[in-house]
Amino acid sequence: MLTIGMGALLLLIGYFLGLYFGSAIVGLVIAILVWSVLSLVGYFQGDSLLLTMSRAKKIKRDDHPRLYNVVEEMKIASGLEKMPNIYIIDDPALNAFATGRDPNRASVAITSGLLQKLNRDELQGVIAHEISHVKNRDVLLMAMCSILLGTIVLLAWYGSRFLIFGSMTGSRRSSSSGGGGQAQIVILVVALVFMILAPIMAQFIYFAISRKREYLADASAALYTRYPEGLASALEKLGTSTGQLKSANKATAPMYIINPFRKKGMKASDLSSTHPPISERIRILRAMAGASFNDYDQAYRQVHHGGTGVIPAASIAAGTVPLATVKLEGEAGEPNEIQRARETSDVMWRLSNYNTITCDCGAKLRVPPKFKEPRIKCPHCGRTHPV
Amino acid sequence: MVAVYIIVGVVVVLLILFLIIYNGLVKRRNQVKNSWAQIDVQLKRRHDLIPNLVETAKGYMKHERETLESVTNARNLAQQLSSAGAGERAKAEGELSSVLSRLLAVVENYPDLKANQNFLALQEELASTENKISFSRQYYNDSVLRYNNQTQMFPSNIVASMTGFKASEFFEVTLAAEREAPKVSFTQ
Repeated sequence: MLTIGMGALLLLIGYFLGLYFGSAIVGLVIAILVWSVLSLVGYFQGDSLLLTMSRAKKIKRDDHPRLYNVVEEMKIASGLEKMPNIYIIDDPALNAFATGRDPNRASVAITSGLLQKLNRDELQGVIAHEISHVKNRDVLLMAMCSILLGTIVLLAWYGSRFLIFGSMTGSRRSSSSGGGGQAQIVILVVALVFMILAPIMAQFIYFAISRKREYLADASAALYTRYPEGLASALEKLGTSTGQLKSANKATAPMYIINPFRKKGMKASDLSSTHPPISERIRILRAMAGASFNDYDQAYRQVHHGGTGVIPAASIAAGTVPLATVKLEGEAGEPNEIQRARETSDVMWRLSNYNTITCDCGAKLRVPPKFKEPRIKCPHCGRTHPV
Repeated sequence: MVAVYIIVGVVVVLLILFLIIYNGLVKRRNQVKNSWAQIDVQLKRRHDLIPNLVETAKGYMKHERETLESVTNARNLAQQLSSAGAGERAKAEGELSSVLSRLLAVVENYPDLKANQNFLALQEELASTENKISFSRQYYNDSVLRYNNQTQMFPSNIVASMTGFKASEFFEVTLAAEREAPKVSFTQ
C-alpha cells in the first residue's frame, strides 16, 4: 500500500511538471522514463557495489564451517534454491546484512564482531532474519523505493525551479489564455507547495515501508527457526552495543539488521528511522505463543495494545505453528565466547592471507603474505621456525 | 452483438484465471515433491558422516566398544532401508538418532577426544546434519501446508478437483521415542 502511495506521488509530480510544459501526459512520461533508467542502473549494479564498499570477504565452507552450516540450515528451512554467498566484514561493530536482487543471487554478510559475540541459536536467528529479507524480496523492494524516492526528489527540485522561474519571467505557454488567469495561479501555488512537500512525504513513506519490512523479516525468522527466542536474545546483545559501523551509509542502512546510525538513547519509534526500536522487536518476539505469522501478528497487537497488525493479510494462515520445545542441538562441542573470539580472529587472519605458525612456547606467529625470509624468530622465546 | 462479446470476454478471463491457478497448484505440488527428496539428501549425508566419526572416536574410547558398535549397526540398517517404505525408514532413522545422542553423551567423559580438532569438526558436521534433517522435514511440512491450502481453499479447490490435485500427507513423527527428542544434559 505504501509503495503505491509513493508511486502515486511520483506520478503527481510528473503531472504537475507536465502542466508547466503544456501537456500533463508529457510530464508523466518524463517521470516514468527517469525512474526506469535509474531503476535499471540500480538493478544491475546493486549488490557488488554494496559488498565492495563494506570491504567484505567471501568465505568458503572450510573457512568457517559453523557459519556456513548455519546459513545452509536456514537455506533449507526457508526453501531458497541456491546457497547464498557468505561474507565476513572485518569490523568490531555488531551488524549483519543481506543483499541480492533475486533469491538465486543472494549474499549474506556479517561482521566479525557479531560472529564472535553470538552463540549458535542467536547466530541462526540473525541469519534467518537476513535470509528472509532475501526471500521476501525486500532488497529489490527497498532498492526500487529508494530510486523512486530519488526520482521524486530530483523532479521536485527541478520542477519547483521551473515553476518559480516560469512565473517570475511571466511568459507562459499554457494552452488556456485569458480568462483562466486566476485558476492558473491557484494551480501554480498548489503545484509549488506540492513540489516542496512531496520529497518530505516520500521520505516518511520510505521509512515506514522499511520498518514494516523489518517486522516481516522478524516474523519470518521466527517461522523458519521455530525459535523466536534465538533472534530475541541476539537483538538484546545487539541493542546494548553502541559501536558505529564504519562503512555504512544512508542508502544501505535499511538492509542492516539494526540501524547502523542509531544514536545512544534513542527510544521512541522515530519517524525517520529505517528500523523499529530494538526493545519493541524483542518484546514482540518474546510474546509469541507459536511460530507462525499469525502468532507474530497477535504478539505485535498485544505489545501495541490493540490496533491493526503489521503482517500483510495475504501472508497469514489461520492457526498457529508450534515452537520448537526441545533445542535441536545440545551444548556439546559448541564454543564459548572466548573460544569464539579466538576462532574468529584465526579466520580473519587467514582470510587476509596471513600464515599462522604456532610456536612451542604457546605464541601464535602471524606471518604477513609478503614475508620473504625463509625463517622467522618467535618474539616471545626466541626459537626460529621455517616459513 | 454486444452480448456475444461480453460472453466471450468473460470466458477468456475465466480461462486465464483457471490457467494461473492450475500453474500455481503444479508449482506447489512440485515443491512438495522436491522438499521430500531434500530430506533424503540430508539423511544420506548423515549416513556418510558416521563411519568417519566412529573411526575417530575409536582411538580414544577404548572401553566403549558396544556403544560404537551399536552406532555402526544402526547406521548400516538405516542405509539398507533407504529404499524401503516411509514407515520403516522413519523407524530406522529414529533409532539411529537416539543411538547417536547416546554416543555423544558418552563422549563427555573423554576430554582428550573432545579436544581433538578432527572430532570437533565432525561433531559440528553431525550436529548440523541433524539440524538439516529437522529443517528439511519442517520445510516439507510447510510445503505440504501451502499445497493443501491451495487444494482446499476457494477458488482454487474448484480447479484442483477438476484436474485431480489431492492433498498430501504431513511428515508426522509416528515413533513415540523420537517424538520426545532425547534431552541430553551435560551438567554434572
